[in-house]
Amino acid sequence: MTLDMPDAPPAVPAESADGQAPAIRITALAREPRPDALGAEPVIELRDVSCYYGSFRAVRNVDISVARQRITALIGPSGCGKSTLLRTMNRMNDLVPSYRTEGRVLFDGQDLFAPGVDPVAVRRRVGMVFQKPNPFPKSVYDNVAFGPRINGYKGNMDELVERSLRRAALWDDVKDKLKQSGMALSGGQQQRLCIARTIAIEPEVILMDEPCSALDPRSTLQIEELMAELKRDYTIIIVTHNMQQAARASDTTIFMTMGDDRAGYVVETGETIQIFTNPKHRLTEDYVSGRFG
Amino acid sequence: MAALAPASRTDSRFEPALMRRKVTGTLFYGACVAAIALLLLTLIVLLVDVFVRAAPWLDLQFLTSPPSSRPARAGILPAIVGTLEIGIIVGVVTFPIGVAAAIYLVEYASDSWINRLLQTNISNLAGVPSIIYGILGLAVFVRALAMGPTILAAALTLSLLILPVVIIASVEALKAVPHAQREGAYALGASRWQMVSRSVLPAAAPGIMTGVILAMARAIGEAAPLILIGAFTFVTFLPNPISGQYTVLPIQIYGWANRPQDDFQGISAAAIVVILALMLILNALALIVRARLSRHIQW
Repeated sequence: MTLDMPDAPPAVPAESADGQAPAIRITALAREPRPDALGAEPVIELRDVSCYYGSFRAVRNVDISVARQRITALIGPSGCGKSTLLRTMNRMNDLVPSYRTEGRVLFDGQDLFAPGVDPVAVRRRVGMVFQKPNPFPKSVYDNVAFGPRINGYKGNMDELVERSLRRAALWDDVKDKLKQSGMALSGGQQQRLCIARTIAIEPEVILMDEPCSALDPRSTLQIEELMAELKRDYTIIIVTHNMQQAARASDTTIFMTMGDDRAGYVVETGETIQIFTNPKHRLTEDYVSGRFG
Repeated sequence: MAALAPASRTDSRFEPALMRRKVTGTLFYGACVAAIALLLLTLIVLLVDVFVRAAPWLDLQFLTSPPSSRPARAGILPAIVGTLEIGIIVGVVTFPIGVAAAIYLVEYASDSWINRLLQTNISNLAGVPSIIYGILGLAVFVRALAMGPTILAAALTLSLLILPVVIIASVEALKAVPHAQREGAYALGASRWQMVSRSVLPAAAPGIMTGVILAMARAIGEAAPLILIGAFTFVTFLPNPISGQYTVLPIQIYGWANRPQDDFQGISAAAIVVILALMLILNALALIVRARLSRHIQW
C-alpha cells in the first residue's frame, strides 16, 4: 500500500520549533462555520481531524473547508500526511487495518465517520484518482463501465461511456479502440482513463493523489487542463509535490508540514496566489520559496 | 576490437584479472548448458524408447477396446474413460473449494498468527506423499462414508491430494494482483465482494486456471493412492462413477508392466504414450487458457 508515511523528519527551521502555534492559529480561523474567503459554499469540512496508524499520530488537529467547484491543492514536504488526510475524505484509509480517525469529516454537512455511514456509499460520492495510473486489465470500455455497473446504473451504458471519455478528453484517442486493453494506453492516457472511470459514477468530489507524478510534462499539462475543465462540475482536491503545479492549477492551497512529533498539521490555507506570493507564515514562505521540503 | 591503452597511472591496488573473470563466466555458462542438456537428453532417450516399443501396438483398436489377456486384442478404453471421469470430478471438486480457500486467505483473512499457521500447513500438505492420501481416502471415503472402491472415492481422494497445490497456486495468483487494483475498485464504490469478483479474480484468473489445470494433470497421473483404495488392473467394462470397479491409465500401465510376457511390455509402452498425450493436451490447454485470459493484462 502506498501510504504517505513519514520517513525522515524535515529540516524545519529552528524558529518554527513551536509546532503547536500554527495549528492553533488555523483552528481559530476555521472555528466559525462560515463559507471560505470567497463566499463559496464548502463541500468538505474537516473539524479537528487527527489520523492515527496504530499509536502513531500521522496528522493532527486539522480544520479546513474545501469549497465547491474549485481546485484545492494540498502541498507540503514528504511524509507530512497529505495523502493520509486526502484518504480520510473518502474513507480509503479504512482499508488499513490499524488506521483510525478522530474528529469529524463533514461531506455536505454530514459526518462521513458517523455510525451507520457505509464507506462504500461514501466512495461513490467522493471519487479518487491515484498516483500511478491503475486501469483494470479490461477493455477501455469496461474500465469506464466498471463503476456504473457495480453501482447499478440503469441508463444507456454506451452513451455514459462516451460522455465520460469525452469529459476526460480521451474520446478522440480511444474511440476506435474501445475493445482494446486499458493497459495498452500510454501513461497519460491511462490516467485520463482513470479520471473518465471516476467521473462515470458522477461523484461530487474527485480526490487526486499526485496524479501526475508518474507522467511526462506533456501529459501533466493535459491533466491540468482537464482539471480546469472538470471544476465546472466537480470539486477537486489534489495532493501534489510539484509546487509549480499547485501554483498553476489550483484556486486554493493548503500547506501542511510536520512537527517534532512527526505528526503533520496544516500551517496555512488561502488563495493559491496569496500562499505563493504573500504567505502569512514563515514555514509556508520557506517551503514555497524552496528553502525546505 | 582494439585493446584499451594501459592507464598511465594505473592504481596498483586494482587487479582487474579480466581474463580470469571471463573464464569463470564461461565455465559457469557451460555448467548451465550441461545441466539443461542432461535433462533434455534423459527425456529424449525415455521418449524414443517408449515410442519405439509402443509403435506396433498403437492403433484405433487399442484405443477403443477393453483389456484382454490376449495381447493382440488388449485395449485401453476403460482406463481412458476412468481417467477422464476422475479428472472431471477432481476439477469440479477442487476448483471451487481451492479458489474459495485462496480468496479467503488473501482477501478476507487478517494477518494473524492463526492464518499464517494455516498457510504454512497448507504448504506442508502439498508435500505429503500421495500414498498417505491413499490411506486417508481408504479410511474416510471408502470405509467411513461407505463409498466402496469406486471412481467417486478415488476422485475425492485425489482432490484432497491436489487441493493444497490448487490453493497455493491460487494464493500466489491473487497476491500477484497489484494492490492498486483493489484500491481502484474500492474507489469506484465497490463492495469487498465486488472488488474480489470483478477486479481481483479476473486479474488472477490466468494464474489460477493454470494452477488448477496443472494440478489436475498431477491427479490423473497418480497411481500410488489408487492402489490403496482399490483400483483394479483388469476392468473390461466402462466404469460407473459411483459404483463398481474401475481402472485408470497409471494403474493400467502398472498392471501391464507387471506381466512377464514381452507383448504386454509393448502394450504398457503404448499406454504410456496415451497418458503422455493426455498430459500434453492438458498442458497445452493451460497455455491457451492463460493466453486468452491474460490478453488485457500487462503488469
